[in-house]
Amino acid sequence: MLLLAFDTATPAVTAAVHDGTTVLAESTSIDARRHGELLMPAVDCVLREAGAELDAVTGIVVGVGPGPYTGLRVGLVTAAAFGDALGIPVHGICTLDGLAYASGIDGPFVVATDARRKEVYWAHYAGPRTRSSDPAVDRPGDIATQVAGLPAVGAGAALYPEVFTDIRAPADQSAGALAALAAAKLAEGEPFENEGGLPALPLYLRRPDAQVPAAYKAVLPK
Amino acid sequence: MADEPLVLGIETSCDETGVGIVRGHTLLADAVASSVDEHARFGGVVPEVASRAHLEAMVPTIQRALKEAGVAAGDLDGIAVTAGPGLAGALLVGVSAAKAYAYALGKPLYGVNHLASHICVDQLEHGALPEPTMALLVSGGHSSLLLAPDITSDVRTLGSTIDDAAGEAFDKVARVLGLGFPGGPVIDRWAKEGDPDAIRFPRGLTGSRDPHYDFSFSGVNTAVARRVEERRREGVEVPIADVAASFQEAVTDVLTRKAIRACRDNGVDHLMIGGGVAANSRLRSMAEERCADAGLKLRVPRPKLCTDNGAMVAALGAEMVARNVTPSSLDLPADASLPVTEPHVPGHGHGHG
Repeated sequence: MLLLAFDTATPAVTAAVHDGTTVLAESTSIDARRHGELLMPAVDCVLREAGAELDAVTGIVVGVGPGPYTGLRVGLVTAAAFGDALGIPVHGICTLDGLAYASGIDGPFVVATDARRKEVYWAHYAGPRTRSSDPAVDRPGDIATQVAGLPAVGAGAALYPEVFTDIRAPADQSAGALAALAAAKLAEGEPFENEGGLPALPLYLRRPDAQVPAAYKAVLPK
Repeated sequence: MADEPLVLGIETSCDETGVGIVRGHTLLADAVASSVDEHARFGGVVPEVASRAHLEAMVPTIQRALKEAGVAAGDLDGIAVTAGPGLAGALLVGVSAAKAYAYALGKPLYGVNHLASHICVDQLEHGALPEPTMALLVSGGHSSLLLAPDITSDVRTLGSTIDDAAGEAFDKVARVLGLGFPGGPVIDRWAKEGDPDAIRFPRGLTGSRDPHYDFSFSGVNTAVARRVEERRREGVEVPIADVAASFQEAVTDVLTRKAIRACRDNGVDHLMIGGGVAANSRLRSMAEERCADAGLKLRVPRPKLCTDNGAMVAALGAEMVARNVTPSSLDLPADASLPVTEPHVPGHGHGHG
């Protein structure tokens, strides 16, 4: 097994190569505005560092969000293109699940990432591999009672310390952790987000901002 | 010729996911998936809706183009992609996909200019471009007169619109007339039933002291709106066909007049017209008549190659392969406001890896 993993659903542009047992190489840079420029050089870098040929990769692992859309799509379209060009499967994993797995927290906790517009993408977890609620997007103030007192993972939680009072590591997504989770799931035959051969689809959670325009505005004075 | 470069081009600058494949000047495939119907009720293209549609359509459209061309991805000599100008989020889907295919297949990547592609596509229709090429580029986002001594490296702006693009004017007038979005095809259809001389709408920037090669369409838009509103206020039926025909006549009159003047002033013996508005039937027929009168050779691609498509990107990419242009680097950015004077985007020149 040789997995190429990446995630662009958060400000972290992260890529890693994993051989089914261990992370062979990982690259992570934090830049919320340059996913498109940073991802492919990062992929090239981890493959070289791992001494891996692209032809030897057996599967692509990609974080499917939720996350800000423009960056999120960079990872997803890259994964889809790699899958098509190399003829290998693409395994989609919820981005929040990667952070949860990396935290290693045993017992109830939450993961929250920055959704901008004063909102967070978040979910409840019963353990590092057990999500206990669907990913959602909310204003932190509106979910304060649901997350009260729980350990909280992710840079989104750290933005709202009045709501998330017990901040734990990690803050940022790691493709190495995402790949390790995928390797464990593959070894145990656990399903992925895109089970059933479908392409890995993004978790947008919001509709596009678009207003049907108001009535025609006259040019002549009334 | 089998030794001409085989190039796949990806176009996602607006609402069409286009993938084309060419061998030199020969068109092999032109696959387009459009999200235009999803935008119609908003009266214009919604960037996020377009970007989501590009992600869904990208791989299937690539597969369709390869199948249509009957070539294997491994046989390609390069992958070209629109790096700008256009909608930032939409461009980024195509640029990211192009990088991944280029990297996975071990092929050179060429980030190219959408506007130069609209000109270069004519090589698929009428063979090698003359040097220099005089081009009238008219679309929903741009209206320019361009002189290109070398389409891969040297494109100069003689003039451009100072307000709305020509295609935008068609959209606005269609809205005034209640004909929906997009405006170009529907105005063209109505105009066929109307009298182009029924109303004399203003011709912007055609005074003797006005800039010779710049355009302005806001005046004709306002004149149409006033005319229509006055009629409605008086309770008189609006002659939609006559308004459409007269408006279209005013716009195409200015476009062709200025384009022919630019050819004469610069000693160029031909005129190329590209971009979505070049699909307009009156612009095509008027340009044909006036170019014939002026002794100019007219080059306009078939309408399907005038609107946004991947074949035009592939055409420019193939020209770059043929001229040994240095490929773009893996950190190639999508540039929403890429100037027309930059046909090729090299990237930042070095990756961070």
